[in-house]
Amino acid sequence: MTLTLAFRNLFHDRVRLAVTLVGILFSIVLVAVQLGLYLGARTMIISMIDRSDGDLWVMAYATKNFEEAQPINVRDRYAALATPGVASAIPLIAAFTDWRKPTGGSTLAVIIGAERDDGGLIPWNVIEGDVSGLGARDAVIVDKTYLSELGLNGVGDTAQVGAARVRVTGLTDGIRSFTVTPYVFTTINRARALLDMPADRITYVLVKVAPGADVEEVRNAIRVKVPDSEVLTKAEFRERSLNHWLFATGAGVALLGGAVLGLVVGTVIVAQTLYSSTKDHLNEFATLRALGSSSGYIHRVILAQAGLSAVLGYVLGMSIAMTIVYLSEATALPIVMTPALAAVLLALTVAMCTVSAIAAIGKVMRIDPAMVFNR
Amino acid sequence: MMTPDTATTPVSSLPASPGEVMLEARDIVKELGRGAGKVRALKGVSLKLHAGELTLLMGPSGSGKTTLLSILGCILTPTEGNLMLAKHETTGLPPEELAKLRRQHIGFIFQSYNLFETLTAEQNVKVALDVRGERGSEATVRAQRALQQVGLRHKLKSFPANLSGGEQQRVAVARALVGSPSVMLADEPTAALDSENGLAVMQLLSEIARDKSRAVLAVTHDPRTIPFANRVVRIEDGLIVGEERRAEGVETVHELARSRKRKANA
Repeated sequence: MTLTLAFRNLFHDRVRLAVTLVGILFSIVLVAVQLGLYLGARTMIISMIDRSDGDLWVMAYATKNFEEAQPINVRDRYAALATPGVASAIPLIAAFTDWRKPTGGSTLAVIIGAERDDGGLIPWNVIEGDVSGLGARDAVIVDKTYLSELGLNGVGDTAQVGAARVRVTGLTDGIRSFTVTPYVFTTINRARALLDMPADRITYVLVKVAPGADVEEVRNAIRVKVPDSEVLTKAEFRERSLNHWLFATGAGVALLGGAVLGLVVGTVIVAQTLYSSTKDHLNEFATLRALGSSSGYIHRVILAQAGLSAVLGYVLGMSIAMTIVYLSEATALPIVMTPALAAVLLALTVAMCTVSAIAAIGKVMRIDPAMVFNR
Repeated sequence: MMTPDTATTPVSSLPASPGEVMLEARDIVKELGRGAGKVRALKGVSLKLHAGELTLLMGPSGSGKTTLLSILGCILTPTEGNLMLAKHETTGLPPEELAKLRRQHIGFIFQSYNLFETLTAEQNVKVALDVRGERGSEATVRAQRALQQVGLRHKLKSFPANLSGGEQQRVAVARALVGSPSVMLADEPTAALDSENGLAVMQLLSEIARDKSRAVLAVTHDPRTIPFANRVVRIEDGLIVGEERRAEGVETVHELARSRKRKANA
């Protein structure tokens, strides 16, 4: 009966129900978009690190993130290779450069140089062309999302990086960067040429630890051999990159702040409508109290009202959020929706509506049941 | 202070044997408001409600009728005095315990019916069982029986807005009745009804009061209700000033109508 009462109270005033649902819907969409962008940003920030085949990363000291590393000497690679417990040490280059568009003008791009045979960091999700095509003269592979940004139409188009010509031989799908700067995959030697980097320079050494070897021990051994560089585990490098882009730059804080704002606005709207609904039904609650209902019974009616609002608002809000997620898929800033995020959103919605019910419950608890005689 | 069972009772109308005492108020004092605005609404009221009796509490506006009803119904607590409900002492009980006593032992009927406008007649009656934790098909059957008892078996699925005032009050009676309370308290049950419906509701209350396990008290200032009562208690200025027992029992609506007709013909 509590559910029936809650349902009827809720649907009795359709306008107020609509206001409540709009409040919840607005809140869910805002929170979903903000958290979805946050998750999307996380995925983009760490995608290169996660895709790389290495347990340890050797890099210039104080490197803040994947894209902004200073060159190190290739000797570090050999030092790593000579360390007991190291199975492989793969050189990798990643650096910003200026991409000159065939259509005129230029844009920033991140050149990633790696050897396909090394298996350190090769392009994935290739939808046109082939990674083996990188062996061809001037070959590069870019993501289709950035074709327009790079002034390209597709495979076969050419552009210029520094003084050298590049030709697109393949396209990937979904390899996007947090900075909205296109990644350009090529070989390590071509990367050096495009970046005007000396032959003895690389950006990273990806170290794969031999089976059975202790990662921490190997790391300490390499540290001794490359005292001017830094050796991080994959997890540490992920964490450092995330901290830099999401928190040091304030981007993540802004996204999370937007989500919190959405929750606050939603809570206020739902609290107001629930409170006004409760006020309108105050005499009914007083009647329930006079009939001998416990406080818990009345709490359940109000909480059921809040819960029903939450479920309805969630279904509507998620429908709109999923549409936005779908529309953002092909953009440079995709919004990510995962089952875990959907569950978190449901929990947040229920929590928001429960908190909203507190004021209404407080109001009901203050009523004098004797008011049933004064109508 | 007067004790209605012993004071100012007309000798000619004493009943043969009143039933068991279902509710007893002793020396009830109630102060309302604070500071300079404090008012002593009840000044030492003692009253017993007996099973099998319909008692009317009559008095002018502001005499303390509703305040007394609220205290008898464990909705308000007295400033002084004691209240025994179905052999339970209520003095000093916390609100939740008083609510428990209300749902176990008291059925309320309100002047404005106080039905839930979003619920059907059957659901309105079931609410009284639901707050007691009685649910399911058994509760549905009991609610239907209660509505049958008040002659509304055919209106189970009707919403209050689609019922006449008399029908709404009968639903309220069914709601009060469905939990088989020891005491039924009615606040001006006929005030919002026309003459015919008012008499029908009083007839219903008098029939309910015949149950030897239940006492019924109705607050009213409608003199048309007197013929239905076993006992009339009068309150003025926060004090009980008189009581009358009707020795010959309760007239039915038909008897009342016949009596009116005779008077009109005379």
